[in-house]
Amino acid sequence: METDENMEFVVFAIMALVSTVCAILVISHRNPVSSALFLIATMVSLAILFLTLNAPFLAVIQIIVYAGAIMVLFLFVIMLLNLRKDEFGPERKKAQRFFAILFGFLFLILLATAINVGLSTFGHPEAPATKLIPAGVEPLAELLFTKYLFPFELASVLLLVAIVGAIVMAKRKL
Amino acid sequence: MVPLSSYLILSAVLFTIGVLGVLVRRNILIIFMSIELMLNAVNLALVAFSREFGSMDGQVFVFLVMTVAAAEAAVGLAIIICLYRNRKSVNVDDLNLMKW
Repeated sequence: METDENMEFVVFAIMALVSTVCAILVISHRNPVSSALFLIATMVSLAILFLTLNAPFLAVIQIIVYAGAIMVLFLFVIMLLNLRKDEFGPERKKAQRFFAILFGFLFLILLATAINVGLSTFGHPEAPATKLIPAGVEPLAELLFTKYLFPFELASVLLLVAIVGAIVMAKRKL
Repeated sequence: MVPLSSYLILSAVLFTIGVLGVLVRRNILIIFMSIELMLNAVNLALVAFSREFGSMDGQVFVFLVMTVAAAEAAVGLAIIICLYRNRKSVNVDDLNLMKW
């Protein structure tokens, strides 16, 4: 048990580091293709964190849907546009960048304070995490088809509308 | 067990990086990727809460967020293709028609 907990800490530390570094590279790299590849790395490390959080189904979905489908769509569009270096245009000025980073840090401090206050106020639920959520697809599917049936159906309608909308917008002549 | 607070802090850091990406970059494709990054950060927070409170509801939310993100990516990329066809640019500063 002791080694298991140590393992979880090690996995969390490595994946937190990898995801943060890759996220910073996503927004700082000049080439959009590299940005997309770093975003895939961030998503895969988050999927591994989902595994340690006892959500294997979401980890698989994260890799298939996010790292698979959505990011392939991104890469496909980047290659379709076929941008040259000079078409990227100028980036923000130094001063604007400085203030953006400054206010980003202030925003992060705000979020951390909110998390601290929230956890100290509402942190400990009546039944703490002694009851482990069951891993696997069945409990998720049961909730999805009973309590959350209506949002689930709405999501299917949303996907249909998105498909139609994307075709209407991207096609030259209908 | 890694405490809930460390997952929430990691989620906050990733969300802030996403916000910074939207503020700092002018390439619309990278702004769009930053939005995906923010959605992912929120997903991490939801899954961490789901384990902490021992309930599956958070995981259902993550499932729905992923569906919405897929729809959003399809429509958003279609808009970007349209935009590039009309303006020959992916720089958001060139798209100032509705600027006050």
